[in-house]
Amino acid sequence: MILKTVKNAEDAVSDISNGAMLMMGGFGLSGIPENCIAALLKKEVQDLTIVSNNAGVDDFGIGLFLQKRMVKKMISSYVGENDEFERQLLSGELEVELVPQGTLAERIRAGGAGIPAFFTPAGVGTEVAMGKEIREFNGKLYLLETGLTADFALVKAWKGDTAGNLIFKGTARNFNPMMATAGKITIAEVEELVPLGSLDPNEIHTPGIYVQRIFQGEKYEKRIEQRTVTTG
Amino acid sequence: MLTKEQIARRIAKEVEHGQYINLGIGIPTLVANYIPAHLDVVLQSENGLLGIGPFPKEADVDPDLINAGKQTITMLPGSAIFDSAQSFAMIRGGHVHLTILGAMEVSEHGDIANWKVPGKMVKGMGGAMDLVASAKHIVVAMQHCSKDGQSKLLPTCSLPLTGIRCVKKIVTDLAVLEIDPAGGFVLLERAPGVSVDEINAKTAGKLIVNGEIPEMTFA
Repeated sequence: MILKTVKNAEDAVSDISNGAMLMMGGFGLSGIPENCIAALLKKEVQDLTIVSNNAGVDDFGIGLFLQKRMVKKMISSYVGENDEFERQLLSGELEVELVPQGTLAERIRAGGAGIPAFFTPAGVGTEVAMGKEIREFNGKLYLLETGLTADFALVKAWKGDTAGNLIFKGTARNFNPMMATAGKITIAEVEELVPLGSLDPNEIHTPGIYVQRIFQGEKYEKRIEQRTVTTG
Repeated sequence: MLTKEQIARRIAKEVEHGQYINLGIGIPTLVANYIPAHLDVVLQSENGLLGIGPFPKEADVDPDLINAGKQTITMLPGSAIFDSAQSFAMIRGGHVHLTILGAMEVSEHGDIANWKVPGKMVKGMGGAMDLVASAKHIVVAMQHCSKDGQSKLLPTCSLPLTGIRCVKKIVTDLAVLEIDPAGGFVLLERAPGVSVDEINAKTAGKLIVNGEIPEMTFA
């Protein structure tokens, strides 16, 4: 078996440099690669292009990159909940490509699967369709979207083994499995790194072929954006 | 005028047995509280869950289990978890029967705008464009007028669009309306105590009134 383990987050991101294009898993703050984010903050790399469904909140997740002006461009579907993001966007400091969430997910899936482009109905008749080829299939209009890949994909899983096989937990799965397939180098951080043979092959979500580096994260804060509870 | 809870209660009457349903953020999320218990339905959360349960008790809060509004939730027995590509495959593929979402504006042709106010607010469309482009039945929950009294039911939307010719039904704090395929808001029901004249005055798009309009009832 090919072993993918690296010592820690610092080693895993050591060759990510200025101008890199990164995919980062997570929906809101759930399933984000917290340890890689911390390591990149220390490195203070600049001019990043980041593909991520959201942009974190002001003081956590990708929001921390924005505070340090590390990001040149975001490709996202929803960026509310982040005042600094909105400020940089409206002032023109930050370039943003807003993509419908399903289109974003499929562009990443397609990129990782060797599909250069596909037709989707999402965005027909809106500004998302501007400049894109429109074609009619069975009486309905669709627009052409392209697949996405990145220099690095940073994903977060629940468990992983030393061969890079990954299992996700709950809705922290979200964009992580597709992004794992679409990184030229995919870095997986996991809550629990287990020896070969400890994971049931029937339950693997992401096969290790997609993962180049894996390490166990030092700690996970797992901050909750909207703690909503019932009483009684 | 209806409260947000009453809008949600009226929308709950649109739910049918056996449906898979996606609820948007805000008033649509409240609809879950009023779906009659005898109907078996499954709620989809586009971040990757079928089978949304109630909000957790404090001791059961799990940061790895949230809905599309990033609220902590629980799962019902029989739930399934999946990734975002799978989630939108089931949405685009027409497997989700009913989508309930909010709007800033709706046009008399069923166009919807709910993601951007140029120069002021840019939050992004999230999954709304995928949902409105594909759902079989789309119900919009919204206030009839903006805070400064401007009608949000228009001949054409002034804000950037989320989707075209997709909305089927609208429940506002004043009325239940249906989009006429030829253009126009067909008035189906009035909120208790609200007159047809008031609804007419507050609807900037073409209002179609056929005969007596009943007061609405709630689930």
